[in-house]
Amino acid sequence: MARSINQNAYAGGLPNFRNLGILLRVGVIVNAFAFAAAVVKSRDVASLWQQVIQICAMVEPLLILSLIVLAGLSDWLRRAPYWPGVVAVFAIELALTAALYPAAQYLLGTEVSPLSRYCLLVAITTLAMLAYFDLRGRALSPALTEARLQALQARIRPHFLYNSINAVLSLIRQEPRRAEAALEDMAGLFRMLMADNRELAPLAREVELCRQYLSLEQLRLGERLKVEWRTERMPGDALVPPLVLQPLLENAVYHGIEPRAEPGVVSIDLYGANQQVHAVLRNPYKETGGNTAGNRMALANIRERLQLHFDVEAALTTKMADGVYQVHIVMPYIKIRDG
Amino acid sequence: MGENDKPLRVAIVDDEAPARSRMRDLLGECAGELPLTVVGEAVNGLAALELLAREPADVVLLDVRMPEMDGIELARHLQNLERPPGVVFTTAYDDYAIKAFELNAVDYLLKPIRLERLKEALARARSAPPRPEALRELATAPRAHLSAQERGRIYLIPIGEVIYLKAELKYVSVRTAAREYLIEESLTRLEQEFGARFVRVHRNCLVARAAVRGFERAQQDGDASWEVLLDGIEERVPVSRRQQHVVREFSR
Repeated sequence: MARSINQNAYAGGLPNFRNLGILLRVGVIVNAFAFAAAVVKSRDVASLWQQVIQICAMVEPLLILSLIVLAGLSDWLRRAPYWPGVVAVFAIELALTAALYPAAQYLLGTEVSPLSRYCLLVAITTLAMLAYFDLRGRALSPALTEARLQALQARIRPHFLYNSINAVLSLIRQEPRRAEAALEDMAGLFRMLMADNRELAPLAREVELCRQYLSLEQLRLGERLKVEWRTERMPGDALVPPLVLQPLLENAVYHGIEPRAEPGVVSIDLYGANQQVHAVLRNPYKETGGNTAGNRMALANIRERLQLHFDVEAALTTKMADGVYQVHIVMPYIKIRDG
Repeated sequence: MGENDKPLRVAIVDDEAPARSRMRDLLGECAGELPLTVVGEAVNGLAALELLAREPADVVLLDVRMPEMDGIELARHLQNLERPPGVVFTTAYDDYAIKAFELNAVDYLLKPIRLERLKEALARARSAPPRPEALRELATAPRAHLSAQERGRIYLIPIGEVIYLKAELKYVSVRTAAREYLIEESLTRLEQEFGARFVRVHRNCLVARAAVRGFERAQQDGDASWEVLLDGIEERVPVSRRQQHVVREFSR
């Protein structure tokens, strides 16, 4: 938790070559380069396809091999400092180019240019890719998004804060012990809200936070709020963005339970499957045409954070049917020791 | 002085039990300086109307955000009581509502409520129930009910049950499938408040769009004109010449 003063600065670092989103990006961009090269080299449409096929025959084996090797060495590369890491990536790429060159010579014969030309092209492409990932990292870096993230995270409803304080005040005289427990929950909740929340945290901790939050809501709403947890199959050690569930529960209570006179159930189902972590939240929902802007904002915030941490490997979907509103989050299962 | 010597009769309306019990504690502490009795507590608007019909109060402490019927709508229905009580709204946090309270000089208390503020509000509220115009200004959404007063009782009419609203001399008559009520409101204001739910078919009549079954030509004094056929009642409502375009609108 303790971090130096420049914790806001962008630390840099090579991309995670095991992330599906990164792999996709490399593939798409390199192929776009190959296509551009084919366009440059060809005079008309007929010869364009000829060129595309020729260039792809050169590019694809190297591309696929590179992705495999980089994915394999990803941990090691990411642990190394940035610049030595960059040098290592260049070295790997050039070595692979040199290794594939004899095969290309053998298969394509006279069509093949000297090795130095390929090495130059590979070096330029590698440079472009690394520069792209560096820029992208900066664009998405916590330093730039932090203000927004913190602001969004701090957006626990003041409505909830003041109502909870009011509820605790009502308990102090008649039920001092419950008042104590409620204040402890509140302290836990606010400690988490005010913490540096940019790093992933164990799911078990998020669940504890949610329980504290819900017990405060229970205090106010009593019988009206029924909570159903299903956590038997939950991977507690999975790393998730902090406050990924709590804001959704807050929405569930605010939009699902508070507008109802009769009791309603908020259910939270957490489970792991196929190296993924699933969270399914449900609450009753009445179409009132009321204010749902707050809900959309929380969803957009969580979506953004999921993308920031997991790229295309995470998803958040919502659905409304038969008076039930459901949010389903899927995240990759990253264990504490891998992180 | 007589009026002021009697203990102040206070009612508490809030959907959250801890909030009600906290209010009761605070009122207990006020009682030393300001003679008062708590006439009862209600958990929602409906219960509050029943309570206040049975136990008239001088002041109602009213939570703004409640399920089914919010505090502001309830305050508007309370105006129909024989002696409308003073109203003090309570709210935890609602930027919009607070601005509206300030603007319309309506009394409110912020939760958690402070004893001193409560005493001040109680002292003020006894003297004046809120102005109906002020309450109308506060409303952010159309009411869920209309309310009619008959022999000291308040009847709530869910807006979905209203078939038509017709301006009579001083009143507006509210027609439901079951019966007819008279309310003291203006048809124009009702039209503004409920907007698209009703359609004006005549200078003196708004018809619920959902209740329109069809239109029929009727002969009257040799003049042919349209009449609205309505769901749930036999009665037909004439469409005025000026509102003929409504018929075309519906036939599309």
